[in-house]
Amino acid sequence: MAAVLFNQIVGDGYWHLRVVGEGEHVGAKPGQFFHLDCPDAGGRLGQGRSYLRRPMSVYAVDREARTVDFLYKVTGVGTAGLATLRTGDELDLFGPLGVGFSVPEHTSHALIVARGAGLATMGPLVSQLADQQIAVTAICSFRSPEAAVGLDPFERTGVTVMPVYDSVDPASEESSGMANLGQLINVANQGCAIGAVYTCGSKRVAAMLNQLPSLTNVFSQIALEQRMACGLGMCHACVVDVRIPTTAERNAGSDDQQTQGEWTKSKRVCCEGPVFALKQVLV
Amino acid sequence: MNDHGSRVAATPEGEFLVDLAVTCGGVPMRTPIMPASGTFSSEMDQVIAVDRLGALVLKTTTYDERSGNPVPRVSETAEGMLNSIGLPGGGYRQFLSEVLPIYLEFGAPVVVSISADTVAQFGEMTEALSVPGVAAIELNVSCPNIEADGKAFAMSTSATAAVVAQARQATSLPLWAKLTPNTAEVGDIGMAAQEAGADAVVVANTILAMSIDPITREPSLGNVMGGLSGPAIKPIIVRMVYQCALRLDIPIIGCGGIQSGHDVAEYLLAGASGVQVGTVSFVDPTALERIEDELVSYCLEQEVRSVSELVGAVKTAGATSASDMEVAP
Repeated sequence: MAAVLFNQIVGDGYWHLRVVGEGEHVGAKPGQFFHLDCPDAGGRLGQGRSYLRRPMSVYAVDREARTVDFLYKVTGVGTAGLATLRTGDELDLFGPLGVGFSVPEHTSHALIVARGAGLATMGPLVSQLADQQIAVTAICSFRSPEAAVGLDPFERTGVTVMPVYDSVDPASEESSGMANLGQLINVANQGCAIGAVYTCGSKRVAAMLNQLPSLTNVFSQIALEQRMACGLGMCHACVVDVRIPTTAERNAGSDDQQTQGEWTKSKRVCCEGPVFALKQVLV
Repeated sequence: MNDHGSRVAATPEGEFLVDLAVTCGGVPMRTPIMPASGTFSSEMDQVIAVDRLGALVLKTTTYDERSGNPVPRVSETAEGMLNSIGLPGGGYRQFLSEVLPIYLEFGAPVVVSISADTVAQFGEMTEALSVPGVAAIELNVSCPNIEADGKAFAMSTSATAAVVAQARQATSLPLWAKLTPNTAEVGDIGMAAQEAGADAVVVANTILAMSIDPITREPSLGNVMGGLSGPAIKPIIVRMVYQCALRLDIPIIGCGGIQSGHDVAEYLLAGASGVQVGTVSFVDPTALERIEDELVSYCLEQEVRSVSELVGAVKTAGATSASDMEVAP
């Protein structure tokens, strides 16, 4: 159980929720999530209550203050229930769960490309990268400038964000089109070689990153979303197909992160993810 | 609490012992509470004391490796959920060498759940999985019978009897038949399982169901149809347990929508000797422990010394026979 400190609208239908919990809650690592028992959103005949928990990635953690933050958009009955929370209310949250991001040793420059709600999960990662004094290039994609939320962790850590938008001229440097993103990444890579890539929130972006020649051999991770039930691995609901190394690749000592193996195996997003090697994920 | 499932509680009259222990389908258990197949895995050891459970009913293993059904595999409904997971797994040979040993370490009786496409495969798997440490085999006869156009074995008395008889020849271990609620006469199916040599019936698997998103016009599940579970189905399954209890001599294990100690008592009163708890563990990962505590509280409040006193103890005013139950609502 945790107590709500605040729960407020921050723009474009997004809400910022901060809870203060017990010590275990603040052990959350970047990319991990909590399974939230969302309150009743009201309404008659039970439509207002989500039966299952909702997985929600961690937006920020403050160990000293024992707080955990979430950034969410109201899209259904679960998040509508979350939006009813008021300061002082209790929230039943289970976690932290899942396998989060990892940062390879000797990384000096990391690239983050995130879109929309996928930005939330990058918050704790940005803090960790800043703590490790790793330079960050952050490209954050939105529908429009009005929809640009979730940038607080970047601002707090002094990371300069390159915002890109769907609403601008595709030829503009602020276009969210894949050609422009590829160009921005190549320029960033020329200044200082990118040693790690992190993405979330867009299949198109993930596919582009996977195919960008300048990133072919770069450590790359993606945080995935999938509809879940248990959150612990029992139910096998939240699976995703991944590539696994062929026997020849394994014999050649191929790193799992870089495998191009052909056959697929389903993995559970809740306990074997939500963070996966980008090159393993079929996008 | 001790190893035999008894709980001592102090009352004004002195110490009061609640005996939770039951023997269910040939398996002595410290409590009547066990997880339902597919809702328990070794990961749960992180959140509850697994050795407190009556038995560990493992996820159904199949004859061959299966990848399972397309996502979305779950969707929620009012007081319940639909699932179409599709029994993913590495097949029974991999289960035997890699999965089963993990569960034999936990200290609670292990019940292996199996599913197959044919009667012969059920027999072969039962024999192969009757290994030291396994307490019972649960025959998941709720799966489609490839030899009968995909109709579930447990929709037919003859197919159910054929599977149980084949398994009976293949093992001396207790055999539990997990029935489907998707049949007109679950009592007939239960009788067929009993006559073919089952030691218990599990009543029941999920109810075949479907839901559609009116905005996208798509089914909520990738597999279109799936099984409904959770509290939404509890009164239906309690009724089926009661119907089976009126006719069967072998123990009945109730399974459907249990969320509390009172729900366990309800199933026992209807005639179940044990219960399986499933969907609620997805919502409350510590539910299996909480429900045991609640069952003890119920027994203390109701001055029940042994949970076995409750089995079949429903007070029905008039109807007591199977024929009385066949009156249309």
